[in-house]
Amino acid sequence: MSNDEHNHDHDNHATTREDDDLELTEGEARFLALKGLLIEQGVMTADEIRARMEFNERGSPHQAARMIARAWIDPAYKERMLDDTKAAAAELGIEATEAALVTIENTPERHNMVVCTLCSCYPRSLLGEPPAFYVSKAYRSRAVREPRKVLREFGVEIPETVDIAVHDSNADLRYVIMPMRPAGTEGLSEDDLAALITRDSVVGCALPVEPA
Amino acid sequence: MALTSARKKFLLLEPVTMSDQIAAYRVGDRVRILDIGKPGHVRTPTYVRHKTGTIERFCGMFENPENKAYGRWGLPSIPLYRVQFRQHDIWPDYDGTPGDVLEIEIYDHWLALAEEEA
Repeated sequence: MSNDEHNHDHDNHATTREDDDLELTEGEARFLALKGLLIEQGVMTADEIRARMEFNERGSPHQAARMIARAWIDPAYKERMLDDTKAAAAELGIEATEAALVTIENTPERHNMVVCTLCSCYPRSLLGEPPAFYVSKAYRSRAVREPRKVLREFGVEIPETVDIAVHDSNADLRYVIMPMRPAGTEGLSEDDLAALITRDSVVGCALPVEPA
Repeated sequence: MALTSARKKFLLLEPVTMSDQIAAYRVGDRVRILDIGKPGHVRTPTYVRHKTGTIERFCGMFENPENKAYGRWGLPSIPLYRVQFRQHDIWPDYDGTPGDVLEIEIYDHWLALAEEEA
């Protein structure tokens, strides 16, 4: 579209279109139309919408990693986290907005992994947005059916001496997996421990990074 | 034999809470997942329907998401349980250990006590 065809008055448009070289998806078009109406009708300001989007996207795997590293160091905190994950998050200044959070502990006898077979339920305030594999139909259908094979594809071999528990996050609870603390990490600081705890290890699709 | 928590509550040796009165199933109860034929955005996936598992915990009372999905009231809240299944009971050809399990959240109206096993 040339500038000449596009030089009408923009003042009445509350929305912006960010990628002029790409067709909008249906979802993007719907979002922009709704956002424009909310602003035009005075329901919300552009800044309130921006702030809410920023709030929604504030989560990152570092939040869960901080909690798990603390739990590895402090047995009393670990008990509190297993008992009430939201309260344990609040202790570290992390606001968990999920209705109900549960922490499940990996043990030498049992490895745990999480999937939402129905959509993509995920503890966003502690882990951020879910990874692409988590929302894929392949993972959602296969994790419950052949978890050992799926884990092998992630590079995780769970021996036959260890049982696997798959947790379908299909309704109102959100799950945090607490991996086992790797051997050889006795002297590490809490921050160094947190660096070993990756996003996928909290979903149960990986093990913590081995210390260097 | 040690008294179960449920037994202690029955004998009024332990306080009975609101959740106890609402929760129809106890931890360890064997339950069957119903196929209630409810269409639309329900939270009980087909792969566990007609399967038998064990109540792992009572999760609390939650607004009914199957009504909220269609803009209706979620109240009254309904009991939610976590049910544990042996993977071999869900998938006859499951490839893993006998101890491999699957746990899933099921609302009260999708559950029935399983018939006594022989």
